[in-house]
Amino acid sequence: MTAFKTLSLAMFKGFIRDKVTLFFTFLFPLMFLVIFGLILRDVGADKTKIAVVGDGPIVSALRDSGALELEPYNDENSAVQKVKDGDLPAALIIHGKQLDVRFAQSDQVKSATVLGIINGFVDKANLTATGQPPTFTFAAEKVEDASLKPIQYLTPGILSWGVAVSAVFGSALTLVSWRRKQVLRRIRLAPVSATSVLSSRILVSAGVALVQGGVFVGVASLPVFGLQLSGSWWLAIPLLLLGTIAFFALGMLVGAFAKTEEAASAAANIVVLPMAFLSGTFFPVDQAPAWLQTVSKIFPLRHMNDGMLDVLVRGKGIEALVVPSAILVGFALVVGFIASRVFKWEE
Amino acid sequence: MTEERSAVVVRDIRKSYGELKAVDGVSFTVAEGEFFGILGPNGAGKTTTLEIIEGLRKPDSGEVTLLGEIPWPRNTKLLPRIGVQLQATAFFDKLTAKEQLQTFGSLYGVSPGTAADMLELVGLADKANELESKLSGGQRQRLSIACALVHDPDIVFLDEPTAALDPQARRNLWDVLRAIQERGKTIVYTTHYLDEAEILCDRVAIMDTGKILALDPPAVLVRGLDAPTHVTLQKGAMSVVDASALDGVEEAHEDEVSLTISTRRPAPVLSALAERGALDGLQVRTATLEDVFLNLTGREYRA
Repeated sequence: MTAFKTLSLAMFKGFIRDKVTLFFTFLFPLMFLVIFGLILRDVGADKTKIAVVGDGPIVSALRDSGALELEPYNDENSAVQKVKDGDLPAALIIHGKQLDVRFAQSDQVKSATVLGIINGFVDKANLTATGQPPTFTFAAEKVEDASLKPIQYLTPGILSWGVAVSAVFGSALTLVSWRRKQVLRRIRLAPVSATSVLSSRILVSAGVALVQGGVFVGVASLPVFGLQLSGSWWLAIPLLLLGTIAFFALGMLVGAFAKTEEAASAAANIVVLPMAFLSGTFFPVDQAPAWLQTVSKIFPLRHMNDGMLDVLVRGKGIEALVVPSAILVGFALVVGFIASRVFKWEE
Repeated sequence: MTEERSAVVVRDIRKSYGELKAVDGVSFTVAEGEFFGILGPNGAGKTTTLEIIEGLRKPDSGEVTLLGEIPWPRNTKLLPRIGVQLQATAFFDKLTAKEQLQTFGSLYGVSPGTAADMLELVGLADKANELESKLSGGQRQRLSIACALVHDPDIVFLDEPTAALDPQARRNLWDVLRAIQERGKTIVYTTHYLDEAEILCDRVAIMDTGKILALDPPAVLVRGLDAPTHVTLQKGAMSVVDASALDGVEEAHEDEVSLTISTRRPAPVLSALAERGALDGLQVRTATLEDVFLNLTGREYRA
């Protein structure tokens, strides 16, 4: 067991002393998290702004509701001019009890929203004026829908991607570098099993994945990004470990074919980058076209992503792990088997 | 030399890569405690021979016995008893000298404390906490030898340990190699420095194009050549005519700086020179393994 311990320690030291690897393992994915997190933070929060001329109870009610942002104008002409110029979607002009809306036809969705909101307030005011109790009532309540705030899907996506990248690169580069520098032959000349060498390297990758999880979730939970973790977040741990093993196996396969570190690095990028984009690392994959969603199902990263989303932010239970885990384990077994067939001790 | 006492027995091994016969019928034995050199130019088949003995390669034909065991296929019983330094310097990434030794030691179940002894042996005690990548070529070479010795093997294989070292570093390494031999280890090493093999080895095998051309102690090889000894004096110490007339002198000639006398009986020549007090700038150059190589192959030795 001492060989396993010492080897793990040696590889861990090698890992933390390599600044380039540290950068690509932690800072690089974090950069994506921070940049996308900040860019997309206010998406969907913009309120529609309209011009208003005059005042009255309906305008006050609109202003209090916060449904629209109101920009007051003193005369009708300048307000309408703003709409004509395309700066504002609509202008609301109050003539006592008569409300006129002038709207632009270019943005029909926005105009319809504005018209619907104003109409709603006018109807409500009319009903109140009659003093009659309403015949129909309705109550609104939030539901947990499939759409998420950007940080909620960015964090699981970038975490899965970061773990995949560091496991693939970690195993591929270690394998190629050890083969090229003849460390593999040197190990083969020692009475130590290939399993303890391999498992100590996987242990280091797994430890790195857990630290990545802690760091990325920690940063995303800062108030500026505002990630809300679900109660079942800890179910992400088995997923991180299985993902590490699956992508480690992929790295072994890449490393079996690459002759130099540069070639291994390029090959790993060719494998990982398209997979990351098609698996919903940077955007929710259910917003993608149907064909793309189908294609993305062949990637293990897509399933790891789905699992991460479910347990980290959607609050699903252990049943959400079944499909992703099965696929990651299956992938690790198949790819690992192929990798062991094509493995080479020396150049 | 009986085979029971032999550390290595190699019988007629052959290995081809396609058309190329890398090793073409090599046989030799190495006694326990012997410092055995395999030397020859690049591509002579030294490394392949060594790798077959170590059990890293399977010979196409022939037999190898290493410490009484068959090294191929990978023989885990044998591995703790052999130490191998590979041609390229094989180290783990970003570890200090001491950590490298501890890690390699752990592969053999050696306690971490051994690392300090090994650093001492190869003269790197003060570099224990330096990263391997920061060491000089000679220091790295010594560290890789220490890594091959960390588990106290009976036999050590060193593949060109002195290649690409400056003269000072080479001499430092010679001291290390001698110290290893004094510990009772058998050393099998390859080199393409003939002068070095002459100084260090008990016996040398001279290899070229996959074959052993000669195998003997260096002194025997050189003597067997029957090449003349060259005695060089400062120019003007004696005239060419006088020198040629001395007993035993075969030939004498002079250039701008020195007078060179060739003889196969250096003893009377040297005493005659001493009698005349003509020893200014005396240098005696006997034949070397380079001359042996030239004689064996008919071509100039190029490392």
